[in-house]
Formats: sequence, C-alpha cells, structure tokens
Amino acid sequence: MFKNYSWDWGVFLQPVSTGEPTNYLGWLLAGLYNTVVLALSASLIAFAVGVVMGVLRTTPNRWLAALGTTYVGIFRNIPVIVQLFAWYFVLPELLPDNVGTWFKQLPASTQMMTSAVLCLGLYMGARVCELIRSGIETLPKGQRSAALALGLTLPQAYRYVLLPVAFRVAIPPLTSEMINVFKNSAVASTIGLLELSAQAQQLVDYTAHPYESFAVATAVYILINVIVVLIMRQVEVSVRLPGYIGGK
Amino acid sequence: MIEINNVSKQYGTFHVLTDCSTKVAKGEVVVVCGPSGSGKSTLIKTINGLEPINKGDIRVNGTSVCSPKTNLSQLRSKVGMVFQNFELFPHLSIIENLTIAQIKVLGRKRNEAGDKGRKYLDRVGLKDQAAKYPAQLSGGQQQRAAIARALCMDPICMLFDEPTSALDPEMVNEVLDVMVQLAREGTTMMCVTHEMGFARKVADRVIFMDAGRIIEDTSKAEFFGNIEGRTDRAKQFLSRILQH
Amino acid sequence: MTAIDLLSDITNSLPALAAGMVTSLKITAIAVVFGIVWGAILAVMRLSSFKPFALFAQGYVMLLRSIPLIMVLLWFFLMVPQLIQNLFGVSPRTDIRLVSAMVAFSLFEAAYYSEIIRAGIQAVSRGQLSAANALGMPYLMAMRLIVLPQALRATVPALLTQGIVLFQDTSLVYVIGLADFFRSAKNIADRDGNTVEMILFAGSVYLVISLLASAGVQFLQRGGRYVKVG
Repeated sequence: MFKNYSWDWGVFLQPVSTGEPTNYLGWLLAGLYNTVVLALSASLIAFAVGVVMGVLRTTPNRWLAALGTTYVGIFRNIPVIVQLFAWYFVLPELLPDNVGTWFKQLPASTQMMTSAVLCLGLYMGARVCELIRSGIETLPKGQRSAALALGLTLPQAYRYVLLPVAFRVAIPPLTSEMINVFKNSAVASTIGLLELSAQAQQLVDYTAHPYESFAVATAVYILINVIVVLIMRQVEVSVRLPGYIGGK
Repeated sequence: MIEINNVSKQYGTFHVLTDCSTKVAKGEVVVVCGPSGSGKSTLIKTINGLEPINKGDIRVNGTSVCSPKTNLSQLRSKVGMVFQNFELFPHLSIIENLTIAQIKVLGRKRNEAGDKGRKYLDRVGLKDQAAKYPAQLSGGQQQRAAIARALCMDPICMLFDEPTSALDPEMVNEVLDVMVQLAREGTTMMCVTHEMGFARKVADRVIFMDAGRIIEDTSKAEFFGNIEGRTDRAKQFLSRILQH
Repeated sequence: MTAIDLLSDITNSLPALAAGMVTSLKITAIAVVFGIVWGAILAVMRLSSFKPFALFAQGYVMLLRSIPLIMVLLWFFLMVPQLIQNLFGVSPRTDIRLVSAMVAFSLFEAAYYSEIIRAGIQAVSRGQLSAANALGMPYLMAMRLIVLPQALRATVPALLTQGIVLFQDTSLVYVIGLADFFRSAKNIADRDGNTVEMILFAGSVYLVISLLASAGVQFLQRGGRYVKVG
C-alpha cells in the first residue's frame, strides 16, 4: 500500500520551516514534555481527589457517600472531550468577571494547560475513586470493627488500617489508570495544547511525512507505557506484604 | 462493670435483639452461648458500640455507650475485643499491630508501647514472632497475637466474639489456654463461644440466647448441674453441642 | 441569553443535532458488534496453545491498549483511504471519515473486549473444557459450543458497560472532523455564538444517555443474578 510513498526518516532532523531555531524532532520533544507535565500534574489531582471521594463513598455518613456517588456519576458519564471543552470554553465565561478576565489574559498555552490539567485530574479522579472504594470494600468488614474497637477514631482507622491495605490492593488497576492518564492527555490536542499527539499532527502539515511522524509519536506512547508499568511494578514489589495474598 | 438494659435492635422488620438485659460485674467471667443466628455476636458488639441499638441502654463502667455525648473512641480503648477472624492488620508486623493503638490512641511513646507489646507477646507465647507479618502466622498464633493486642491497651474488661470458631481444631486449645489464664487472673470477661469445656472451667455465669432473646442467665453450677431445670431450647442446644 | 432563546436555538438546530446523534450511535453500534466478534476471536487465540496465535493476540491487545484512541483514529483516517484504493483500485469519492472511524473503533475496542471475554473464559471452570473434550469435541468446537456461550453470558454486563464507554469515546471523532453529535453541537455553537450553552447542552445529553444506559445495565445485571439463583 506504500508503493507511491517515499519514506524519509531523516525528516525529523530538518530545521522547522517556521524559522524557529529547532528541528522537527525538537517539536516532538516539546510535545512530549507537555504530555508528561500534563499527565503527571493531572494524576496528582486525580489521586488526591480520588482518594478523598473513594473514602467518602465508604463512610457510614449517607450525605458524604452521596457526594462521592454524585461526583463519580457526573465525571464518568460525560465524554472527556466534552468535559475539556467545558473547562476551557465554558468555565471562564461563568466565573466572576474579574477572575474570568484575569484567566483570559494568561498566555494561551497556560490557559490550555490549566484547563487540561483540571479536566484530566477530575476525570481520572472519578476512576481512581472507584478503585479506592472497591479496594476498601474488598477488605474484610471486621478490619474496620477491629480498628474502631481499639479506640481508633474513624479517620484514624482509614489512615492507619484501611487505606494502607486498600492502596496495595488497588496498585494493579491504578497502574492501568496511570497509563490511561498519558493516553487521555492526547485529548488536550483538541483545544490546541501542543502535546505529543498534536505535534505529530502538526508535523503532518509541515513535512508531508505522516507515517513517520505518527510512527514516532506512537512509539513514544508505547515507551511511556512500558516505563509506567516498570515503575509501578517496582512500587508493587516494594510494598508487598509477606505472605499476604490480598483482599478477602 | 457492664450493664445491658432492655436492649432491642432491628433491621427493618427483622428483630436481631429483643429486650435483652444482663450485667457483668467486675472480675466476673460470663459465657454467652446459643445457636447461630441467635444474636449473641450482635449483643457483644453492642457493648462497645460497634453495633448501634434501637432501644434500651448499655453502660460500661457507668458510661452510656448510646449517648451521643460519649466519646466512643475513648470508651472502646478501655474495652478489649477479640474477633472471630482475628482481624490483625495485614500491612503491619505483629509488634506494630500491638503498638499502633497504644501510640495513636493512648499517646504512649514508641519504646514504651514496644516494651508493653513484647511483654504481652511473651505472655501469649509469641515472643519470637514480633517482627513477622500476620499472614506468616498460623490461625492460633494470630488469635493469640490479637488477644495480646487487646491486652496492651490495659482494658477494664475483655469481649470475645467466637474467638475459636475460625480455628482449625488442633489450634483451639492454645487460644483457650490463654483465655483460661486471663480468667483465673481475675479479668472481667464476656465470651461468645461454643466451647462448653471453657465455660465449665472458668465461667461464673452462662447466658443462653435464642432468636434474639436472652432465655437463660444463670450460674455455671445451675446451668451445667441441673439439666432438668433448663428450658427446652437450652436442653436441645446442649445435647447437640455435646454430641459433636 | 435566556432559557427560551436557548430552547429555540436548540430546536432550530435539531435536525443537525439529530443527524449527529445518529452518526454517534451508528459508530457505537458497528464497533460494539464487530468489536465483540473480533474481540472473542482474539480472546480464543490468546488462550490457544498454538504459540503464534497467542503471541499475535497478545501483541495486538498490548499495542492497541497502549496508544491513545486519538492516535488510533488519526492512523486509520490516514490509512483507510489508501487501503480502499489498494483493495478496490478506486480513489474514494465519498466521505471516508465515517468508514475510518468505524474501522478504527471496531479494531480498537476489540482489544478491550478481548480482555473482558478472556477473563470470562478463564472464569468458566477448566472442567467444562475437559468435559467437552472428553465428549470428543475438538478445541474450537468446545470453545464455540460450550465455553464461549457461558463466558459471554457471564460478561454481558461488562460488555455493555464497555459499550457505554465506547459511546462516550465516539465523541473523539472530533479530531478527524466527523460530524457526530458533539462536533455538530460545536459547529452550531461556532455558527450561532452560543458556545457555553451548546457545550453544556451536549454534556447533559451524554450524561443522561449514559446514566440511563448504566441504569439499564444494572437492571439487567440484577435480573440476571436473580435468574441464576433460581
């Protein structure tokens, strides 16, 4: 199918045609940088929000649990691209005038990055929430009772007993979500943030070598995947409990 | 020490406990028995507020468990509890299991808590297991560690919720031996158990429950000595227990 | 803008929005059907004792699960026209975006479906396969007649839930400029200058549809469990 296609892997080393002092590889690396910044910042938010909401969903207080349930219901049932457009195009309009104006005066790339980080953080947070919740729920019910019976308060019981075990149970699915943050970060290209996939698309327009450019971007995503898996495996091994199989 | 007054509890229309009343005096050992589903585990869990109740009142050392003004954590820290499934914390070593509540609840220093923990581990015969994790111990060892964990809090009384029913038969005695020793030292104890041998040996009183009610609440001598004077339900239960 | 203005805006744009929704649903339906079929084949290959099959399936699933869906869509938008030209010797005259999206989603979702189905197959006890083999059924026949029907039935809720995720994911065809529901809403917003309202409206529509569908799956699941017990 490539009989009329002339391959040229050297295209990445050509200087960019816009006159910037870089080559096309430099563009891809700049995109990779944005992808990493976006994914890591978003995963911090996702983890913090996810843990809080996951805990809320398992508390005996009905209102707190309902708050967690509502959060998950909204953020898991609206497509991520729609959420992103809401953060980027809608929210600044709904903020008080002075805040909205301040936001719109920020550099465009800062606006995009901020919206994308918040969007991905809260979107992924809903998924983390469910993992933490099910991690807590797979623990035997007696663990909570035993912690309380020793006089630990409910927050202490979560902090010292339930969460440390729930985290360990949740590491394998959290690994997939960590990979998903990187994959989902590509959606930020739709509001113009020049992350990895956006740079790949830009290269198509500038170099007319779509296959090479997509192949490199794809390979980088796969590489990120492998790195995340390796790191998470190390984490898993280092917190493994002697003799403990897990859950029930 | 423990006063249970007219306690009732229901889930929807299902009555788990109906109008239960009893007392446990200081130094007394009370065994609670009855068929499964009779509400005995629920009853013992109401004493430290792990199971909320709908009616009645429970007092431990004069403090009401049900009053919203009571600091439940503080009260629970004084009431030791041992669970059917041990419920050691899997992510903590045995010694950490014994010290965490001492440090976080009682505010003891780490080394003070550690000393206390090792003392009680020695008493239950687990001195060498301090650094191990729960999953590396046998069931009997885990339950003895769980008893030591409760003792570390210097409880004013101990609650046992079927402490031997999740154990392999050959491990039951090592746990019972620890409990007998505690009873002989004058520990106030309330034990839900089917181990009638334990009851004969150390109980002061025996409570028999069925369908959420306390049907009998008598001295050990009366319960085991006067079989003819027992209710039909208790007779049935005893004959079934003795057969196996 | 008042609520009434918004309502009239939406009413005026209704044909375009409805056409967009039809496109979204078409992609979803096609990808669910072909994704499950291809996913089941991949799952069986993955579990087969013939190494090349197992390796192919494993590699396929790993590859597609490590690439962003947006990249997959871009790849197929790039390749499908070429493929059509090579296979049929004609240059595509019609809009190939819909076809590309359908192919991309089917092949992409198959990777996810295959993992669900594989878990389902592994949950069917090994004794079932042995029993079928003992009756003289060869591997593929035993899979098709005995194991897969049980595995699929057990995984129906998970497959349907994945379908809801897929329905939401179809909104990403935005990147190849295909006028699905969301893109139509955005186009209208750009034309009429009511971005805020149209995006919130689109979000609400997805939310309501997904929540209703989830509730439906849960209802089915509860029904299924009841039947299983009885």
